[in-house]
Amino acid sequence: MYAQMVKSTGKGVKSRDEMSPEEAAFQDRIDADIKIEPKDWMPDGYRKTLIRQIGQHAHSEIVGQLPEGNWITRAPTLERKAILLAKVQDEAGHGLYLYCAAETLGVSRDDLTEQLLDGRMKYSSIFNYPTLNWADIGAVGWLVDGAAIMNQVPLQRTSYGPYSRAMIRICKEESFHQRQGYDIMMKMAQGTEAQRRMAQDALNRFWYPSLMMFGPSDKDSVHSAQSLAWKIKIDTNDELRQKFVDQTVPQAEYLGLTIPDDNLAWNEEKGGHDFSEPDWSEFFDVVKGNGPCNKDRLDARNKAWEDGAWVREGLLAHAEKRAARKTAAE
Amino acid sequence: MNTLHEFALRMGDNVLVLGHRVSEWCGHAPVLEEDIALANSALDLIGQTQLWLGLAADAEGSGKSADDLAFLRDAWDFRNALLCELPNGDFGQTLMRQYLFDAWHLIMLGKLTSSSEERVAEIADKAIKEVSYHVERSRDTVIGLGDGTEESHARVQAALDYLYPYVGEFFVSDKVDEAAARAGIAPRLEDLRGAYDLAVAETMSEATLKLPESEFAHKGGRTGSMHTEHLGHMLTQMQWLQRAYPGATW
Repeated sequence: MYAQMVKSTGKGVKSRDEMSPEEAAFQDRIDADIKIEPKDWMPDGYRKTLIRQIGQHAHSEIVGQLPEGNWITRAPTLERKAILLAKVQDEAGHGLYLYCAAETLGVSRDDLTEQLLDGRMKYSSIFNYPTLNWADIGAVGWLVDGAAIMNQVPLQRTSYGPYSRAMIRICKEESFHQRQGYDIMMKMAQGTEAQRRMAQDALNRFWYPSLMMFGPSDKDSVHSAQSLAWKIKIDTNDELRQKFVDQTVPQAEYLGLTIPDDNLAWNEEKGGHDFSEPDWSEFFDVVKGNGPCNKDRLDARNKAWEDGAWVREGLLAHAEKRAARKTAAE
Repeated sequence: MNTLHEFALRMGDNVLVLGHRVSEWCGHAPVLEEDIALANSALDLIGQTQLWLGLAADAEGSGKSADDLAFLRDAWDFRNALLCELPNGDFGQTLMRQYLFDAWHLIMLGKLTSSSEERVAEIADKAIKEVSYHVERSRDTVIGLGDGTEESHARVQAALDYLYPYVGEFFVSDKVDEAAARAGIAPRLEDLRGAYDLAVAETMSEATLKLPESEFAHKGGRTGSMHTEHLGHMLTQMQWLQRAYPGATW
């Protein structure tokens, strides 16, 4: 999942008695798993929460190009380079579907972009970590895309139609991304001593930031309670984190890599692993802008936007001239 | 001289070096659709590189792979036209470089589809489908920017002035090209110039851009006798992992 700590109304879930007839009818549709479509009536809080969540997800796809793009020019084989290019292209495409889904809620892509660039909107904390060796590209696919899929698979059933449909397309591509990431890790883990060292180093650095992707525990969060009631969110953060750990531990074992957590152990009683929580103070620092790459990432996006202004203006001016010439000829 | 090997290297190095340059844009384009289009073009070019350098390696018959050729040769063994290795500059320069290359590439591949060498014809057949799209996009963008605002016009005119002297190299034959033409592997390069000039003149006219009058042509890339200073820097980055960890599989 590329959206964390999305704020909802902040007021808690209304009881049936507190709902207006419109709100009650809306909630009935959600409870009956009928999709909400752009022209349907929806509570203002539902619309705003969705814009925040979809927007944050879209921004994450866009900023997420940067840590991977960091290695495109150094990819070690033609095939790896081609696969990475295809992956980054998919991510830009995901950004596009998601901005389109957000636009159906009455917000423009340019408006969302400006909110990203001036820091009003966030993107996933994970993309504020650097990619330092080639195995990081494997770890991003294996762990980061793996964590994203964990959240996005249930979101295919989310209540808002355009978001759900975007998720269905995105999930198909993400599972390919995760497989190629794991394939890089396999090659590295079975490779030379230097390659195994790169693989372990990547896992050491990406493990806890990947666990943070699900966000802090939200079992007491009013925002999450509302999002769950609206089926904008399907599972709690802790449920998803547990699933992710349980899925990933045997994969790491198969690779012969060590997850950097001394407390990691199978718990027969709960039927899942016990594991250490990430350092949440680090997470809040990253969210506040103090992660290792926050400034670089936002600067890069701002520079791309500013440097590209003349291109957008030029192409727009041309389109207008062409339209005017066409009108004049008619 | 192994004509097929040399010829395939020239085709392959063009797309490898240009594909690499285009991939440098990843995540930094002026608008999301351009990020997608740039990644897509780079991906096509790298895919074509695998085919051409695969052919070059097979024709050489020394057991090397396409990856060996891409990652373990030094600059003097590269056979790309100089235009492909020139820096990206701004978006206008990148797209002008792309158009000047695509326009040649399309005509060349069109001829290569009837090459006497079956594998050359097969690669051309596959690549031409992608390149038809590349030229459509780069042409439209050059026209849009040329006939856009005062600033966009000035920027792409400057790009054209800078890049045009590197176009001539595509049409100058040496012994390799002459042997390839004699064997029916490839057309005579000089014969492509007419169609190229026509296409480029039409595009530049629509873009309200002025072609430089000088016919001077920089060369040395396709023969490897003198690349620009830019290529070596590109290779230090592109080949770094393969060079730093020899013998590893990735």
